[in-house]
Amino acid sequence: MKTARVAYAGALHSATPHAQGLQLADGRVLAEQEVVWLPPFDVGTILALGLNYADHVRELSKELTVTAKDEPLVFLKGPGALVGHRGVTRRPDGVSVMHYECELAVVIGKTAKRVRAVDAMAHVAGYTVCNDYAIRDYLENWYRPNLRVKNRDAATVLGPWFVDAVDVPDPHALALRTLVNGQVTQSGHTADMINDIPALIEYLSEFMTLQSGDVILTGTPDGVVNVDVGDEVITEIDGIGRLVNTIVGDAAFGR
Amino acid sequence: MNPTPLRFDVPPFVLTGRVYAAVLNHVAQIRALGDAVNRPPYKAPPRAPALSIKPRNTQARDGDAVEVPAFAPALEIGATLGVVIGRTACRVPVGAALDWVAGYTIVNDLSVPLASHYRPAVRLKARDGFCPIGPRVVPAARIPRPDALAVTVRVDDAVVWHGDTGQRVRGVAQLLADVTEFMTLQPGDLLLLGAASPAPQAGPGQRVAIDIEELGTLNHTLIAAVP
Repeated sequence: MKTARVAYAGALHSATPHAQGLQLADGRVLAEQEVVWLPPFDVGTILALGLNYADHVRELSKELTVTAKDEPLVFLKGPGALVGHRGVTRRPDGVSVMHYECELAVVIGKTAKRVRAVDAMAHVAGYTVCNDYAIRDYLENWYRPNLRVKNRDAATVLGPWFVDAVDVPDPHALALRTLVNGQVTQSGHTADMINDIPALIEYLSEFMTLQSGDVILTGTPDGVVNVDVGDEVITEIDGIGRLVNTIVGDAAFGR
Repeated sequence: MNPTPLRFDVPPFVLTGRVYAAVLNHVAQIRALGDAVNRPPYKAPPRAPALSIKPRNTQARDGDAVEVPAFAPALEIGATLGVVIGRTACRVPVGAALDWVAGYTIVNDLSVPLASHYRPAVRLKARDGFCPIGPRVVPAARIPRPDALAVTVRVDDAVVWHGDTGQRVRGVAQLLADVTEFMTLQPGDLLLLGAASPAPQAGPGQRVAIDIEELGTLNHTLIAAVP
């Protein structure tokens, strides 16, 4: 089952896919553009992985000293970073490189503490798509990736659908891609994660208790390019969803 | 550790459980790094506020016992002022930033001692129970000078650190202004000013008490993690 959370006609609703767009729980059928899409579940702790695809590590290797054998690079985000499907994300005037990152988001459904990899998938409630933007101009080598790069308001796009785990028999067999203004700029496969989902849950739950609603953003493959004001960025994962976002400038925020 | 959410009095002092911690915010700590700030892996001194996040699994209450992992002989005690946000804070002006503060509390931003400040070190800083908070939120109206509060850290009743909330790279108002330039804080969010450096340490079996002037005392114990 796929579910979304949307705002429509003055109230919040749960919705499911429909041939014409989506259907609210109360029966109303609507086009995708008629509603405001919110992150599709009540999000707890947001854990993100850097450098979790071998090809992306190679892509960045000129400026990094990591190898695939290092400890997973984990960083945290707060809820203000999130924005739903068909939202907008601000690109500050004057920055030189802002790029998307298409990622499979794994949602925890059952408390996980010191869970072994072999048991880990039982703690997954489902999946959604994430586009985790970064502005490289703001990167600093202190607690990198620092919050000014990775915890910006509305720069982590999540949705459109929460997909039940039971409907995704193998989350490591999914093609993912990004399209900028209709052109494919990033293409990868979840089979290429360095630390797969069970490994990540084992690693994280050894030191922190994962709770229902916590989400793990599993990293992005090769192929991140700069995006500009006015660009439409679509991150999609087969069987999970197609997540649309548009880049806007400072003027939209009265800056 | 008791996972029950923190309960603090009444609105507007109900916490959201979102905790953002300034790190490297003590002038002496940056000074002690010396020329290392210009060498790899850092290559330049910090510009924006360096921050870490203490997620909900880390949050503990006054009186709780915090587990010290077997691989760490002791933890760093990050005795810090906790700033409770009172209204939605986006791009607050430094001159009026304290108007966005509902109150203050005491926080221990615990960490396994870090060898480097290059990575977020989530495994060393975001372990269960690593963010004791309390014992209460004191209204901002009673704390006119949050950057000049005496701080005392005691371990097993011996004073191991004494100083104040001053000598920060960014004081409370400047920190609020610089952080909310790129991330909006909500009522009940906590922004931690950041501890002094070098931080005292304590290990399993010890009692930690942090006094901040006007705010009371935050107490907790450290215990060995069950393997």
